[in-house]
Amino acid sequence: MTPRIADADAAIIAPAATPVERIRNFCIIAHIDHGKSTLADRMLQLTGVVDERAMRAQYLDRMDIERERGITVKSQAVRMPWGVTDESGRTEAYALNMIDTPGHVDFTYEVSRSLAACEGAILLVDAAQGIEAQTLANLYLAMENDLTIIPVLNKIDLPGADPDKYAAEIGSLVGVDPDDVLRVSGKTGVGVPELLDHVVRTIPAPTGDPDAPCRAMIFDSVYDTYRGVVTYVRVIDGRLSPRERIAMMSTLAQHDLLEIGVISPEPIPTQGLGIGEVGYLITGVKDVRQSKVGDTVTTARTGATEALSGYSDPKPMVFSGLFPIDGSDYPALRDALDKLKLNDAALNYEPETSTALGFGFRVGFLGLLHLEIIRERLEREFDLDLISTAPSVVYDLTMEDGTEIEVLNPSDFPEGKVREIREPVTRATILVPSEYIGTVMELCQSKRGNLRGMDYLSEDRVELRYTLPLAEIVFDFFDQLKSRTKGYASLDYDVEGQQAADLVKVDMLLQGEAVDAFSAIVHRDKAYNYGVEMAGKLKNLIPRQQFEVPIQAAIGSRIIARENIRAMRKDVLSKCYGGDISRKRKLLEKQKEGKKRMKNIGSVEVPQEAFIAALSSDDSAAKDGKKK
Amino acid sequence: MTAASAVPARRDLSVYIHVPFCAVRCGYCDFNTYTATELGGGGSQREYPQVAMAEMDLVLADDRAAGYEYDAVSTVFFGGGTPTLLPADDLVAMLAHLRSLIPLAPGAEVTTEANPDSVTRASLARLADGGITRVSFGMQSAVPSVLATLDRTHDPERVPQAVAWAREAGLDVSLDLIYGTPGETLADVETSVRAALACEPDHLSAYSLIIEGNTAMARHLRRGEIAEPDPDDMADKYELVDDLLAAEGMSWYEVSNWARTPAHRCRHNLAYWRGGDWWGIGPGAHRHRDGLRAGNVKHPSRYATMVRAGELPRAQSEHLTEVERALERIMLELRIVDGLPADAVAPEARAMIDVHVRRGHLDPDAAAAGRLVLTREGRLLADAVIRDLTV
Repeated sequence: MTPRIADADAAIIAPAATPVERIRNFCIIAHIDHGKSTLADRMLQLTGVVDERAMRAQYLDRMDIERERGITVKSQAVRMPWGVTDESGRTEAYALNMIDTPGHVDFTYEVSRSLAACEGAILLVDAAQGIEAQTLANLYLAMENDLTIIPVLNKIDLPGADPDKYAAEIGSLVGVDPDDVLRVSGKTGVGVPELLDHVVRTIPAPTGDPDAPCRAMIFDSVYDTYRGVVTYVRVIDGRLSPRERIAMMSTLAQHDLLEIGVISPEPIPTQGLGIGEVGYLITGVKDVRQSKVGDTVTTARTGATEALSGYSDPKPMVFSGLFPIDGSDYPALRDALDKLKLNDAALNYEPETSTALGFGFRVGFLGLLHLEIIRERLEREFDLDLISTAPSVVYDLTMEDGTEIEVLNPSDFPEGKVREIREPVTRATILVPSEYIGTVMELCQSKRGNLRGMDYLSEDRVELRYTLPLAEIVFDFFDQLKSRTKGYASLDYDVEGQQAADLVKVDMLLQGEAVDAFSAIVHRDKAYNYGVEMAGKLKNLIPRQQFEVPIQAAIGSRIIARENIRAMRKDVLSKCYGGDISRKRKLLEKQKEGKKRMKNIGSVEVPQEAFIAALSSDDSAAKDGKKK
Repeated sequence: MTAASAVPARRDLSVYIHVPFCAVRCGYCDFNTYTATELGGGGSQREYPQVAMAEMDLVLADDRAAGYEYDAVSTVFFGGGTPTLLPADDLVAMLAHLRSLIPLAPGAEVTTEANPDSVTRASLARLADGGITRVSFGMQSAVPSVLATLDRTHDPERVPQAVAWAREAGLDVSLDLIYGTPGETLADVETSVRAALACEPDHLSAYSLIIEGNTAMARHLRRGEIAEPDPDDMADKYELVDDLLAAEGMSWYEVSNWARTPAHRCRHNLAYWRGGDWWGIGPGAHRHRDGLRAGNVKHPSRYATMVRAGELPRAQSEHLTEVERALERIMLELRIVDGLPADAVAPEARAMIDVHVRRGHLDPDAAAAGRLVLTREGRLLADAVIRDLTV
């Protein structure tokens, strides 16, 4: 094994001129925290792509949030040279393309496209923790795509590592002998050169038709302030050349290829990309929607007629209203969303007006993490203070008169007679230590889950498969799952179709007036609990007013729960301020400022904090919020 | 800012004279007062009257320079602190000096605050001789446990005695009560009010205890040693006080003040509430002159140093804008039994008048006649009503 390659050998693997048999495309499938980025860093160093001094920890994760959370949202592809010495002592150069995959449940589609760009995958598992549900889901996805799987245990240097146990576990999942599971430490670099050799030896070279019209698959696109959209592609057939005019097959839009190249690890323009190669395109477009993940790029002249399979539009599954706490920030919120949208094809939004929260946007997300990331970016990068309403899913309604209605927002739930309501359901996979099977099954039962199957991964780890309504998952399922299993359970889910369910809209009324931000669509059996809980929460959060305020929960016109906020009896400073009238006036002015920040629901003044606390799932806020 | 020539002479002036000394600092008190007898820089109790008189000279000169000339002083109020901690002669001397600058109006009201245990028969007689007409005793409560919580040192038995001496000297008498002290029961409040009524005062103030942030009591509260005042309990106590006083013929004329007859209302405080002009003499004292509000530096030493240097001891001042004046007028006059003319409320806030009549906070008959007068329920919610009626 001779990692660094002599110049003469390097010429063989020059971009745009590398024979397919010298190319290996692979990705790393791993759970958050299992050390994917650290391993990638080590590979960049070993292959000489990044030198020691330029090495920044977790080079591939660009955004601050990602680095802080230790997760990767946007994938990239890095080309690395690697030399492998055979038995006869001859070293041959290979070009390895490492395609980084998003690690979270919300980005399953992106993951599937990244996998489709590869011939092999490293299954990376923490030797102290074992495989997690999302990794398992991505492993299945890779296996369905016929990828060659290289099982690897990471962090073998850790004192808590139990490589033998987890080698047995993942060996049985992948179907290899536990002895064939590689063991590495991304941190120390132990085993990494052998892993790279293994990549070359076991992962097949790409195949494709060099004479066919060009077809390249987009597996990622990223907006860059200076360059516009940077599109990452894997060439399947034919080749792409600089200054060529290209077409996107889903939209038929045509663009001039301003630049084409490979990333190693900075962009390097090349004379094009040939079969099996992975690189980037720049066409000058400004919006990632014009460069959709999964789409096929071809040449404008004599292009392909049939697109690659597997393309689909990202479909938002979870919706939430985002409102600026300070109403005057509305234009800033709109601008911020417009900016984020450039880099996020899955993000979509429409203006929404709430009587309680004012002007904002109804925003669609791929899932809860996507929601959390966008919200956090809006707050952090754009300095906005936001209220978000409880996440909801898309309901399809058939009315008595046969009309079909799609409801994205509980407050849009129609008044009339509903014949049927359909909600999205998921296929959920939960991996859990066997001692928690009972509690997890109980939880799933209470969340309207149906058990589809159960398998022991090892003696003490179980895979549970459930059908669960998406609405239950976005409500508080994950938090409860974690707390009931002391954090040991992991969850993956995939939306698959719809089911009819007995769902009702519960409204919360303040003094007889519905507060749109608190309306929720829930199962009829849970409506009462939801109403009682929410009414109690609001009672504790809304300060006493000059008059008694009834809080009611209602299904249509039927009241299912009620609380009362007693009228405030004393609101007067009865104290001798002597001649210091200014102090008294300033106090009054301060109180009036506070009053202005209140939202008026009818004549009830509700502080912003009450909305925030009531909409957050954290109960402690409700308990502390009350000020008599 | 105001051109001197354009300002007519004003007839009435009120004068507040602050005495920033106490024998002990009470746990609830956040007023500007000090317990040391010797403060540096000439801020001592002994020298204090001379410094205060020197400030009077400076303020008079300041008024004249601005074109303000007062015919007479209609009310004087010695507050504290504990004014009667100074020898009676000191208070009399300060009053005499003031009269040498501006004469007292016929029938002027001259009040001093006093602690029941800082007066004697002789000192009260001396005060009356020297021109004081009215004494306001800090009775606070008649219940020993409540007085102890408030750090008050006087024996409740002392109050009727002090009142009797004041009567003997020919002084009008007002009593101050505080309700809502942690641990105080409704029965305690009743005991205190009945004890106060037994003294047959001309005037009574009842303030709810407010635990201010920088007091010893606030620290007890933070440590959980005392309970946070409950607004419902405060309301119950206020209503009890008002009932008991009304039954004995004392009627409210401001949220926290009751008088035996309209003639016994405290004219000095009414001047504050009705936007009169007044001097504020002493450290931390505040004055008002035709939209100018100013406050003195708080520390007696610094105060003395500035005054002796011939400098107005001013810490801050502001000229009220029209908006602020309108706001203050509503804020102050709405608390008085005479109420506020409805047209003092800005047109955009007038719709709230009816709302508060409907809610029972404003007297409907008075409102129909164009005056806004708080009902008792309204008095307890006065700040909320004021917020709604101001823009």
